[in-house]
Amino acid sequence: MPWLTIMGLLPLLGAVIVWALPNGRDQLARAIALITSLAVLGLGLGLAIGFDVSSAGLYQYAENYRWIPQIGASYAVGVDGIALVMVLLSAILVPVCVLAAWNEYRGNAARNFFALILVLETFMIGVFAARDVFLFYVFFEAMLIPVYFLIGQFGGAQRRYAAVKFLLYSLLGGLVMLVAVIALYHQGPGGEQGFLTGSLTGVFAADAAGAVPVMAERLMFLGFFLAFAIKAPMWPVHTWLPDAASEAPPAVSVLLVGVLDKVGTFGMITLCLPLFPNASRWAAPVIMVFAVISVLYGALLAIGQSNLMRLIAYTSISHFGFIVLGVFAMTTTGQSGSALYMVNHGFSTAALFLVAGMLISRRGSSTIGDFGGLQRSTPVLAGAFLLAGLSSLALPGLSSFISEFLVLVGTYQRYPVVAIVSTLGIILAALYILITYQRMFTGPKQEFASAWRDLDSREMWVVAPLVAVIIALGFYPKPVLDVLTPAVDRTMQQVQQVDPDPAVQIAEGATP
Amino acid sequence: MTPLLAEGTTRAAIGAAEGALQQGAWLLVALPLAGAALLLLGGRRTDAWGHWLAVAASWGAFVYGALLFLDLRSLAPEERVRDLTLFSWMPAGGFQLDAGLLLDPLSLAFVLLITFVGSLIHVYSVAYMEHDDDRRRFFAYLNLFVASMLLLVLANSYALLYVGWEGVGLASYLLIGFWNHNPVYATAAKKAFVMNRVGDFGLSVAIMIMFATFGTVTYAGVLPNAGEGSTNAMTWIGLALLLGACGKSAQFPLQAWLGDAMAGPTPVSALIHAATMVTAGVYLVVRSGPIYEAAPTAQLAVVIVGAVTLLFGAIVGCAKDDIKKALAASTMSQIGYMMLAAGLGGIGYVFAIMHLLTHGFFKAGMFLGAGSVMHGMNDSVEMRRYGALSGAMKTTWATFGLGWLAILGVPPFSGFFSKDGIIETAFATGEGWRPWVFGMATLIGAGITAFYMSRLFFMTFQGRKRWPAEAHPHESPSLMTVPMIILAVGSVALGGFLFVGGRFHDWLEPVTGAVEEHHPVIAKYPLMGLTLVLVAVGVALAWRQYWQAEVPQTAPRGSWITRAARKDLYQDDVNEAVFMRPGQYLTRSLVFTDTKGVDGAVGGLAAAVGGLGGRLRRWQSGLVRTYAASMLAGVVVLLLGVLAVRG
Repeated sequence: MPWLTIMGLLPLLGAVIVWALPNGRDQLARAIALITSLAVLGLGLGLAIGFDVSSAGLYQYAENYRWIPQIGASYAVGVDGIALVMVLLSAILVPVCVLAAWNEYRGNAARNFFALILVLETFMIGVFAARDVFLFYVFFEAMLIPVYFLIGQFGGAQRRYAAVKFLLYSLLGGLVMLVAVIALYHQGPGGEQGFLTGSLTGVFAADAAGAVPVMAERLMFLGFFLAFAIKAPMWPVHTWLPDAASEAPPAVSVLLVGVLDKVGTFGMITLCLPLFPNASRWAAPVIMVFAVISVLYGALLAIGQSNLMRLIAYTSISHFGFIVLGVFAMTTTGQSGSALYMVNHGFSTAALFLVAGMLISRRGSSTIGDFGGLQRSTPVLAGAFLLAGLSSLALPGLSSFISEFLVLVGTYQRYPVVAIVSTLGIILAALYILITYQRMFTGPKQEFASAWRDLDSREMWVVAPLVAVIIALGFYPKPVLDVLTPAVDRTMQQVQQVDPDPAVQIAEGATP
Repeated sequence: MTPLLAEGTTRAAIGAAEGALQQGAWLLVALPLAGAALLLLGGRRTDAWGHWLAVAASWGAFVYGALLFLDLRSLAPEERVRDLTLFSWMPAGGFQLDAGLLLDPLSLAFVLLITFVGSLIHVYSVAYMEHDDDRRRFFAYLNLFVASMLLLVLANSYALLYVGWEGVGLASYLLIGFWNHNPVYATAAKKAFVMNRVGDFGLSVAIMIMFATFGTVTYAGVLPNAGEGSTNAMTWIGLALLLGACGKSAQFPLQAWLGDAMAGPTPVSALIHAATMVTAGVYLVVRSGPIYEAAPTAQLAVVIVGAVTLLFGAIVGCAKDDIKKALAASTMSQIGYMMLAAGLGGIGYVFAIMHLLTHGFFKAGMFLGAGSVMHGMNDSVEMRRYGALSGAMKTTWATFGLGWLAILGVPPFSGFFSKDGIIETAFATGEGWRPWVFGMATLIGAGITAFYMSRLFFMTFQGRKRWPAEAHPHESPSLMTVPMIILAVGSVALGGFLFVGGRFHDWLEPVTGAVEEHHPVIAKYPLMGLTLVLVAVGVALAWRQYWQAEVPQTAPRGSWITRAARKDLYQDDVNEAVFMRPGQYLTRSLVFTDTKGVDGAVGGLAAAVGGLGGRLRRWQSGLVRTYAASMLAGVVVLLLGVLAVRG
């Protein structure tokens, strides 16, 4: 069975049904959206159970059909460990987001909103599962459309500005990447299936005469990398994210920052490194510098924000800096950490955005200064925010700690100074979370919140799964790491790197 | 400084945990953790009985710890170090780490301290927090603290230690800010967490260097091989660990949070900010002994930090009129003693931990006493409005008095054995100027300690009463006094019990190694006499000024040193000037340039590519298609360029 295709098409089918519903059937539209996304999640879990962990470095559930043979494009999908985990992340977050936005819209708006979310899910699954560079590119660009409409139609006061800015930045990156995609095809073996990732990997290995087209590889690498750096927002091409994330509805921000932006770092680790190994190694030191700047810059900017949603967006820029750090440190520890970070950041940012959304919908404002004293009024909501925040500052025992720790340890092996400077980010993280908590939740009880209800049962269902995953992966990340590490090992081979040896060789058997 | 344990160091080898008791040691952490989880998730339903569940979980951990202790004691000393692997925790490529516990004499000593003192304080809190609406939440946090602290001392790797390390930091944050409807308390909580994170930065860096050096971060992998690493690497690891220890243990220069942490309910101050959590830095240094022995510079830094902090805290303690802040300054100073001893190595390790244990009893006892006083004085902490409370609260007075004698180091009370041991070791360790400088620091510190503790004791319990009209001091209920009495027994007898016959020294030997006797530069008994004379002078000065003479109800202006000490020797002013204000300036200017500069530059560039000039506002006018078309044109040019250089 073509399970991945079924999984990818299911939400599209749901979207069509939702759109086809007559006006006035809002409740049914919501229910169909939720059921569809839950069915996708069920399928995803099934795929995870059937996944052969022992060969997680190989692409499984693979499908391969000729699509446009004239230009060498194929419809080829399949998941390795990293892709599987990213697909699952999307499948878990979509139902949570549907539930979070349950009561936000009525009538046409409701149908549009949920249908667009489902369309987006199709593209997200597609982009992570694509095993053909052209197909990847198509999904990569197609994702922009639902997000553009979701921000532009359902966002805040500045939504049009934010949506256009998002679109332009993304298009710029995408088009530069398109150049590289086409150039890459010409470099490769060509033919009717010349865009298959598999056949393009190794194109830039030295030929028999030891010759490598250095310049071409570097330019193509940069084409891909720029697109991914805009998507994952790295400093200095990050400025679209705070606008987009603060204007978009919280559920869309979750998918945008939690999943879509990961396509950037996912692309770095699964395309940039394997396709352009020499150029990746060449560019790594410079990219590390940009990553450190992102870590510190994002955190400092977060500290200075007065708008809650913008603040969360800037924390993500800092976190993406960490992910890039681990990818380009090119150690197994760092890359495993980065791959895990992509998952963990998805959950913790989702929790943060969604709880923030609940607060904002109660207060009617996203300005931090408009809140205060809420720990006394709505203790459970306060607790949920604090927990999400603690996950964002990578408190040990919560999932983000494991990934941040691995990234830093792995980075230090090759770039000690970079790692130490980045570690300053943990101090800044404590500041941006705890200052915000202090301003919004501590202090005397205030008048405005006197009639507020604490989390209701629907909201509990939104928060509880995220919290459960955050805590479970904090204590026991092994199931996810086991799936990720074989894929990381393969990437390390493709990029021709091995871990540096420790300075002291400990005799066998000395460590338990 | 030559490593003290170069020869003759025999640390016991690590064996695997055997038997159901040892293999179930994870229950020590799991019991209080389950208590915390139940209370937090159970919500209001558990309000009626939740505190008793927490008390039971804590005592349960104590009983288990005691059984484990007896189990280890029944083994030969060289077999008392046991490793318990629990599960594969971080299997991430080159980094493979199991979660596991290390059961050895050092960790068990801590387990007993944490669970015994912790359980007593749980009991005390049942009465102390009786009228608080959020008592259940308070007990949940206390249980969370006990679980994290046990994990900290039981972990068998630096990474798992780090989990407990930040876990206690979280519990501390939650409990300092327990009454965070008061904005000052909320700020105090945040300050504690952030300054601890500065320390945690050090701990993180230490772990990174360790992994790069040894390829592992377990004690079993790092510590026995510490001698193989380069001195350079060991020095940096040692200094980075010291930074972590300074944050957690409120040592100079990361000491500024501890005084403010007194915002937490008093039982919290007793348990977390006196008896256990703040001493974790000392644990870290003693645990990492082999690293420091391979890095003399780092070891010297530990001693210097300890010496500076012990004097710093003592000076600050002389000027505080708030009973809890005076005790906090004293805690800082006493931990300075421990840190100094830990840095001396050898027998210093033993006295550091011994003083940590005795201090855990007498200081927790005095904090509970202070809580009892506050309980009877409408929560006032102002010692200038106390006086002559000895008559009104006899039990509190007596138990506090015993703690006072213990911290003074009056023989045969607990502090005498442990503190005198540190003073003697300081005079006996190192060459040239070192024994004199560090020895004198501990000696002078002892004199100042006698002064400020006597000042505190006399201002509170002796002299003439200066109570406000509405105060009706009364003794606390027995749920509060019984724990105080038990801790007072420890203040009297624990030091002697541990010291006599080298009992504690022998117990720790598998961890710290056997040590040879060094001779102090001043002979042993004259030194002891000198110490006692200084202590007597300190007490006499305090007696004249705060018992015999009238204590003014508003503090006199005082000399410049008094004024400086009242302001904690300007620690906050320095931090604000050096870190906070430049940081705020940097953040504000970055926020400004991010919107005007970075965004503007990138936007301008994009617009230029589109050939439509740099006016960002026009993005809003719906010219997407024009932009897209221009970009496409650009793309074609780029494509041609790439294809041209392709070959």
